[in-house]
Amino acid sequence: MAIVAAAERPAVASRLAAALRDAAGTALLALGLAVPILALRIDVNINNQPILRPRWDYVAIAVGLAFAARLAHLLVRPTLTARTARPQPAAPTAVRARLGQALSLVGIALLILYPLIVLELVGQAGAVKWIDNFGVQILIYVMLGWGLNIVVGLAGLLDLGYAAFYAVGAYSTALLSENLGFGFWLCLPLAGIFAALWGIMLGFPVLRLRGDYLAIVTLAFGEIIRLVLINWVPVTNGYAGISGIPRPSFFGLPFNASDEGFAAFFGFEFSPLHRTIFLFYVILALALLTNWVTLRLRRLPIGRAWEALREDEVACRSLGINTTSTKLTAFAIGAGFGGFAGSFFAARQGFISPESFTFMESAVVVAIVVLGGMGSQLGVAVAAVAMIGGTELLRELDWLKDVFGPDFDPTQYRMLLFGLAMVLVMLWKPRGLIGTRSPSIHLRERRAVKAGLVKEGHG
Amino acid sequence: MEYFLQQLINGLTLGSIYGLIAIGYTMVFGIIGMVNFAHGDVFMLSTFIALIILMVLTQVIGITPLALALFIVLIAAMLLTSLWAWAIERLAYRPLRGSFRLAPLISAIGMSIFLSNLVQVTQGPRYKPAPTIASEVITLFQGADYSVTVSQKQILIVAVTAVLLAGFWYLVQFTAIGRAQRACEQDRKMAALLGVNVNATISLTFVLGAALAAVAGLMFMIYYGVVHFNDGFVPGVKAFTAAVLGGIGSLPGAVLGGLLIGLIETLWSAYFSIDYKDVATFSILAITLVFLPSGLLGKPEVEKV
Repeated sequence: MAIVAAAERPAVASRLAAALRDAAGTALLALGLAVPILALRIDVNINNQPILRPRWDYVAIAVGLAFAARLAHLLVRPTLTARTARPQPAAPTAVRARLGQALSLVGIALLILYPLIVLELVGQAGAVKWIDNFGVQILIYVMLGWGLNIVVGLAGLLDLGYAAFYAVGAYSTALLSENLGFGFWLCLPLAGIFAALWGIMLGFPVLRLRGDYLAIVTLAFGEIIRLVLINWVPVTNGYAGISGIPRPSFFGLPFNASDEGFAAFFGFEFSPLHRTIFLFYVILALALLTNWVTLRLRRLPIGRAWEALREDEVACRSLGINTTSTKLTAFAIGAGFGGFAGSFFAARQGFISPESFTFMESAVVVAIVVLGGMGSQLGVAVAAVAMIGGTELLRELDWLKDVFGPDFDPTQYRMLLFGLAMVLVMLWKPRGLIGTRSPSIHLRERRAVKAGLVKEGHG
Repeated sequence: MEYFLQQLINGLTLGSIYGLIAIGYTMVFGIIGMVNFAHGDVFMLSTFIALIILMVLTQVIGITPLALALFIVLIAAMLLTSLWAWAIERLAYRPLRGSFRLAPLISAIGMSIFLSNLVQVTQGPRYKPAPTIASEVITLFQGADYSVTVSQKQILIVAVTAVLLAGFWYLVQFTAIGRAQRACEQDRKMAALLGVNVNATISLTFVLGAALAAVAGLMFMIYYGVVHFNDGFVPGVKAFTAAVLGGIGSLPGAVLGGLLIGLIETLWSAYFSIDYKDVATFSILAITLVFLPSGLLGKPEVEKV
């Protein structure tokens, strides 16, 4: 016994030493990478001449982070792999499915009660922030994520121009209401239809392309639409955007202080909060609709075809599935939901401009779908809450200013962390954080396909 | 006519910058079949690295002959940008080589977002002015109401590009390194069996691409006189368009594509609409991919099952 312990100790010590050496090497590499770009900041003096300002603290932080991350990775990973290698007793699938159903019902009930809970907890004054910034904002991205999930997660087509359909939805709502005087409830379905038509129009020529070419072309289309929105000033008003988009009404009752308003009709005291809460329920309903349609579609032949397409396009084609029309429906339906979300966005903001539909917007939605696990509805929702809610939380972290100085703005780091998270998720859990992918149809028994076992063919 | 000639000169200058970046895309695609989405941002990073080194050399150390300073900047920027590209390939792409097909692309998109935001956070969101270099203008010939001119920096850019491309061409065509690279391009497994170090060759491909992007970065910095954290995306997409137009995987194609894109962009801005110049490039990208996927000089791709 004593001999074993004595033999183990040098082994642990040498493992630690090796890890330290390795981490030191990583730190050295980080130093080499950080010095040229982080150490000296280019600033502009009063005469508009560039000057250099040393920022060695950035370098120190970067090197320290690299060292710590590598060391933690080396020391923690063997223990982690040992733990996951043990077989886990799996719950019977029937029980798990029942449990999942119960959980989602509880989740929906909680979401419906969310505004009331918030009102109870923080009162009228603080509620707008929680319902609007957290509730509505997150739900928009949940909806976008679910919409894109049809294209990326189910059909396996990487769409980097999703913001274009979001923009089509938003601009068709704005233009229809501005020029024809349509209200929100008429614009909403039209916006979805227009976006879906654009999806078909853009999708038709490009869908025979391979995965990564398709991704680049969708990116190009997204940028073209944004550039047209910027430059077609007579119609879109260019960078200045369109304002005065009508807000949604409650069965014809506007949310204002007038006698015909919502508050007066029901005998409430007027409060701007009513509209916020109403918007929350509208987007909640739209998001749940997206989810419901997706879940139903997965049970139809077309949904099955999407999943087959994602797994292996060549096999799909040889089984007689028309891949072009299959891809096109995924593209159109995904685009349609993007259009709904865009229409809602326009009505909620009352103002839209091309700034809201940049490539970064598409990238955020793609990141949500990728991080949540392509094809997993719950994963996408969780990822949207984590990423958008996390961004909003970053705004709240004022105490960081005391640590890093007054000009430290934590929200700047949002996209930095998004990008890093995308890379790390691809490295460790390519199927996303909630990452078991279960095909909707299966032979005899249902088997969850773990990330590590998945190796895709073309498609 | 004079006006057209002037645009031709401007277009060729711009085109040589795009061509240099496009080589990085085309080589990486040729060897591992991946769209290195972060390449444009590596280029953007190199513009910053080049400007910082130039300022250190001229302001802190005080090297007076500008030509010497620029030469040192060129070498140093190539080395440091290559280090970045090597690290990115090692950390973000190599572990994904056996993964599903979209994984490297998604990882590269993440890397691209990371790089541009890293520069934004550490260098600030404003445009950074670069010192004016070699801006004297030579009048080629005086027209009736329009004279054709070429600036020293345009000559510098085209000359440096031509020299470096010649060196690069020699490296790929006539050295052991280039042979290993072409072998990996044709059949990675067979090359490994015959003793080619495949991983090192792929790393080298990224390093060479980044070194050429760094050259382009220095030229871009000199030509435009400003650097900005967001200047990786659009030039990156344009260079990718150049690579696709020339035939992805083909090195002469990348240079030809770069020159064509530079010319098209300049002529489009000159004769049609400067606002829609990016729309023109993006449309060329879409049209080429849909109707001419193998490009002008590329070999048609055979899909293996």
